Amino acid sequence: MNSKTADRIATGVFITIAIIIISILVGLFYYILVNGLKHVSLDFLTSPSSNVRAGGGIRDQLFNSFYILLLTMLIAVPLGIGGGIYMAEYAKPGKVTDIIRSCIEVLASLPSIVIGMFGLLMFVNLTGWGYTILGGALALTVFNLPVIVRVSEDAIRSVPRDLKEASLALGITRWHTIKTVILPSAFPSILTGAILASGRVFGEAAALLFTAGLSTPRLDYANWNPFSDTSPLNIFRPAETLAVHIWSVNTQGLIPDVEEVSNGAAAVLVLSVLIFNLLARWIGSMIHKKITATK
Amino acid sequence: MVTAFKDEPITNHFLDHNSQQQNEQILQINHLEIFYGEKRAVNGITLDIEKNAVTALIGPSGCGKSTFLRSINRMNDLIPGARAKGEIIYEDLNILSEDINVVALRKEIGMVFQKPNPFPKSIYENITHALKFAGIKKKSELDVIVEESLQKAALWDEVKDRLHKSALSLSGGQQQRLCIARTIAMKPTVMLLDEPSSALDPISNAKVEDLIVDLKKDYSIIIVTHNMQQASRISDKTAFFLSGDLIEYDATEKIFTNPSVKKTEEYISGRFG
Repeated sequence: MNSKTADRIATGVFITIAIIIISILVGLFYYILVNGLKHVSLDFLTSPSSNVRAGGGIRDQLFNSFYILLLTMLIAVPLGIGGGIYMAEYAKPGKVTDIIRSCIEVLASLPSIVIGMFGLLMFVNLTGWGYTILGGALALTVFNLPVIVRVSEDAIRSVPRDLKEASLALGITRWHTIKTVILPSAFPSILTGAILASGRVFGEAAALLFTAGLSTPRLDYANWNPFSDTSPLNIFRPAETLAVHIWSVNTQGLIPDVEEVSNGAAAVLVLSVLIFNLLARWIGSMIHKKITATK
Repeated sequence: MVTAFKDEPITNHFLDHNSQQQNEQILQINHLEIFYGEKRAVNGITLDIEKNAVTALIGPSGCGKSTFLRSINRMNDLIPGARAKGEIIYEDLNILSEDINVVALRKEIGMVFQKPNPFPKSIYENITHALKFAGIKKKSELDVIVEESLQKAALWDEVKDRLHKSALSLSGGQQQRLCIARTIAMKPTVMLLDEPSSALDPISNAKVEDLIVDLKKDYSIIIVTHNMQQASRISDKTAFFLSGDLIEYDATEKIFTNPSVKKTEEYISGRFG
């Protein structure tokens, strides 16, 4: 076999792999959307779920998912980027840094159910909060922090050393250089990492079962007082997210329309992740264009 | 007593060149040794750098000239394991001393790198970036400095209509002149140029060379170069380095026409390196 044939075969193999991946993805999307979208209506999205009767919606679950996502990201992104900056710019090479890095890697590979159990002990029992949105968000922070730290560290490290030197050589301090030169350059990769992490948050069920709980109190969306029990904004209330809802109606649901609800919810979940991704990328590229002055 | 870059906000009171006389020394280097871990890269060199002159550092790759250059504004601090012994005296202070405020020092001793490295920001912001950090916030003031420094770097006419476009849209030669402009904007006293035109095409190279000659009116310039013609064209003094030693240091004309050391002559005539 000459090298030309080998080259052709390699090209063929990679194209086949790409086709396989794309068809799995398209098939999955098609299946979920075709089976799910017919159950999705405005009523489905805006009415609360029912425990026993058919025709319940997913209003609260959808809100809870986004609310937990927001809260998690609010905690995890600053912490994660801070950790990434430390690892990339401040940590001196040596044993301690190696240990920290191994810890981060181990943490990143922990099964989410284990983090759920940890969350139960820490954020539910030890704090005495019971099942809360905050507990769920903290558990998901534990789950996502290592990923964001890793992504931020890599992103910061891959900023050309030239740029850092250029800034330092102009008599700018290290922190100001990080803030105004390195982070803006690393921004697109950090954003991609945060988007991946938020996809994980959105789809996560196991870590939330024992932390945010399986129920949602009766919510009054007109009540904006975050300390009120019926307010959706209260972070100390239990909250069932969309992913948890899909799991719970399928395993212990008493409603007659389990299939309709879970298919519909799955479709909404997939679309939400998709829309969130596209939106975050779009906003990210706008910001990046603004700071780099490219049009 | 001059203690300006010992941890206090920098003022420009060093920058009054006119009160100084010609042929004065701006830097005195005494027995400078630089190590990377155990390896010694510069072996105890001693030389004085003249004020308002262009000093060229020549020598084959790995001879320690860039290492030496980077020690003058303490850029070697960024390299783990790099350390220096000896003295570099600037304004009566030893730059290498521990308690030097490196940030303030680098405002006085600016550097331009081999590869053009503009920030991925607009042309305007490339220049104002460090100025803003140094405390100049007024738009009118910034506008003036931006124009001035781009004029001095002979770039103004080419970019005046697109100051707010990305600096990365410029050609390599323009980018390098922008890097020179942003260094000029800080009003340094010394400019260190690390092979500033080696990555440029001949026309851009010529422009940068003209610029350097022009700049020595206001600044003391030290330039590392691999290009012998460049060294002979633009520099007043030339230092020839070999394996970490300073072999010969003299007026450029002397080095290129009648060097005292045989090695220098061999290197200049291209017999090794």
